[in-house]
Amino acid sequence: MRKELLFGFSIMALVVISTLILLPWGNIESGHMGLLMLSLVVVAIMLGFPTAFTLMGMGMIFTFIAYSFSDPSLALNNTLTLMVQRTYAVMTNDVLISIPLFVFMGYLVERANLIEKLFRALHLALVRLPGSLAIATIITCAIFATATGIVGAVVTLMGLLALPAMLKAGYDARVSAGCITAGGCLGILIPPSVLLIVYGATAGVSVVQLYAGAFFPGLMLAALYIGYVMILAKLKPKLMPPLSLEERKVPLPLSYTELGEKISQKVIPAILIALKGKRNLHVRPVELLQSLMIALLPLLVFAIFTGSIYKTVTAPIGGDDAYLELTQFGSYSSSEDEESSGGLSLPPGAEEEKPEAASAPIMSADDTKSAEAAAAKALEPRDAPMWFWVMTAIFAAMLAIYYLLLTWVRLEIFKMLLGSFFPLAILIIFVLGSIVIGLATPTEASAIGAIGGVILAAAYKQLNIRVIKESVFLTAKTGAMVCWLFVGSSIFSAAFALLGGQTLVENWVLSLGLSPMEFLILAQIIIFLLGWPLEWTEIIVIFMPIFVPLLDNFGIDPLFFGLLVALNLQTAFLSPPVAMSAFYLKGVAPPHVTLNQIFAGMLPFMGIQILAIVLLYTFPAIGLWLPEVLYR
Amino acid sequence: MQKTFLMVDRISTFIGQFFSWLVVALTLMIGYEVFSRYVLNSPNPWVFDAMIMMYGAMFMMAGAYTLSKNGHVRGDILYGFLKPRTQAIFDLILYVVFFIPGVIALAYAGYGFAADSWRILEHSSITANGPPIYPFKTIIPLAGFILLFQGLVEIFRCVICIQQGEWPSREQDVEEVDVEKMKAMVGVDKEKSHA
Repeated sequence: MRKELLFGFSIMALVVISTLILLPWGNIESGHMGLLMLSLVVVAIMLGFPTAFTLMGMGMIFTFIAYSFSDPSLALNNTLTLMVQRTYAVMTNDVLISIPLFVFMGYLVERANLIEKLFRALHLALVRLPGSLAIATIITCAIFATATGIVGAVVTLMGLLALPAMLKAGYDARVSAGCITAGGCLGILIPPSVLLIVYGATAGVSVVQLYAGAFFPGLMLAALYIGYVMILAKLKPKLMPPLSLEERKVPLPLSYTELGEKISQKVIPAILIALKGKRNLHVRPVELLQSLMIALLPLLVFAIFTGSIYKTVTAPIGGDDAYLELTQFGSYSSSEDEESSGGLSLPPGAEEEKPEAASAPIMSADDTKSAEAAAAKALEPRDAPMWFWVMTAIFAAMLAIYYLLLTWVRLEIFKMLLGSFFPLAILIIFVLGSIVIGLATPTEASAIGAIGGVILAAAYKQLNIRVIKESVFLTAKTGAMVCWLFVGSSIFSAAFALLGGQTLVENWVLSLGLSPMEFLILAQIIIFLLGWPLEWTEIIVIFMPIFVPLLDNFGIDPLFFGLLVALNLQTAFLSPPVAMSAFYLKGVAPPHVTLNQIFAGMLPFMGIQILAIVLLYTFPAIGLWLPEVLYR
Repeated sequence: MQKTFLMVDRISTFIGQFFSWLVVALTLMIGYEVFSRYVLNSPNPWVFDAMIMMYGAMFMMAGAYTLSKNGHVRGDILYGFLKPRTQAIFDLILYVVFFIPGVIALAYAGYGFAADSWRILEHSSITANGPPIYPFKTIIPLAGFILLFQGLVEIFRCVICIQQGEWPSREQDVEEVDVEKMKAMVGVDKEKSHA
């Protein structure tokens, strides 16, 4: 344990010493007091006192000092007024309202207890891929973490569930630990995440745009993890041996086995033949019809989806006044750029819970532009555009292949996914989709998400008064934790600005003559380093008020910066010695898995996170494409 | 002594938990508002004010509850590795230097803030004909006051810990990561072999 203490104290000493050296002792201005305050607060936070009150107390003391510089007689009064104004501003902050609601949704979804079903279904569905268990773990983590947003809970649950399964299958302990810890953190990046709300509230960036922007970087990071695991499994099969036959076996109901053996392994022909009653089977017709219904579900979804898109793209323009009205109501607290995209570019059919829906608004936005010129004949139905038919053909082909390959085993796996993967995916896409396409404000979507969480818990028979009570109390504690941190930090950053620390930092950064790229890299390195001693909440609420005003000088979009920060802060969860996820995993891992093994397993994933930052930096379109298409 | 601490803990917890039910009310209210706007096509202007008040009251009043359960985020780089006595010494100093002055100032300033609002019986100006806002502003001194009490108890806890070398116990509360409960959730207890 001595090593950790040494590490912590040396970081602290480093902060103090560098501040003492950097301060020009000859002529101390109030701005330098600001910098002193900043380094003091980092040290005080490291001492482990509740951060919210450290910030509040220190902010108050330095606000008083700042006011004393100008007018000592009014200093106390001004300080008190500033504190209460700042507190009240947090209490009436309409961006932060969605935090308790999303947290509430997360606790309810967690208690619906889908994770075991989800993991088993994905494990069986992905069995043919190299490193299948690791991939199933990452996907389970990603989905569950996205829906719940609670890193600790996801890592702990997966540590209980996936770690023993992977170790039993002969997987390397380091790789297994890395998958769980890295996968569990995806929840803070992939929206709807609390981190993005906190960033949005601090930096004054629209949460809606942040959500739209973080979606693809989040998916990209998950895909990079999966790609890494697959390549590793191919190159070094010893680390992740293929599963044994017993572990690949899908438990089939008796009726399926019978149908498969007596008629055909192919589901659709088998059901049709059996329904005609040709052979003597012990399968009831009701059961057959049920299976048929489940098997035909994708076709049904496809039909409804294609139909609604067709209706939308061929609908006469101008016929959706009522819809325009709705979207205008929908954004009473959000920014103007949402309004400017207006109702026209948002086709009513786009609320379908399908990722492809994202492509609909773009194309129809182009359509509407060209069509606006010809507004006179706008009331005629339009022809469906080419992309619609191409898309339909592609999906039809995929569907055909699906039905050709549909065996009883696959149907059973599909059923398992239907019971675990799809409810969560639909909940996420529904909540996210309604925010991103502008149907609902984040607050409304989070409340609907919480109701969705209640329904989910009820559907899996986990809903009772105890579960609700626990979720409510946990929500209150987490909400109070984040929001009081906000109270503290807004007093603190007011003091920093009052002392002129902000101006000093700005002048200093400008005097360095950095190019925007150099500045971005410097900022990311600083945030990365801060991730070692501090947690993401502290980094965002204390340091973003300092960084974000600087962006303007370099012409950097605060939205883009936010996405980079969100990716960057993933590393804060994985960097030892404060890596939260490592300790959660260690708490439930079998004794022979050491903390060092876990840390070693996390390192490649940290490397991937850095790669993802570089990728996003090189191709900003990964993050900015969707918000630009939707809101600009 | 320990009894008094637990008593204050219980008061903070009761108040915090009472206000935490606002999250359910908030969910239901916004759910109803979404229904009312999109289906009945009749939005209610008062919802925005009500929403803000519920959220603000909830997190402010849960502050002391969270403190009593040690739930406020701490920098963990050193703290977890320190001996309880050292932890208590650091905590004690920082409670006296930062917490007590900060919270007293907040409660005192909040009192004046709320009193001004009561004097003119202030109404919300976010929407036309907004609801009265003075009860909401009263939350600030109230929350500060409860927090102050809880903070005093925490200071005494630090003193006891410095004397005895270990932290006095707290009452159990629901936790975010409850390993035993999670084990039951994923069925590890039932079957060890089947993973």
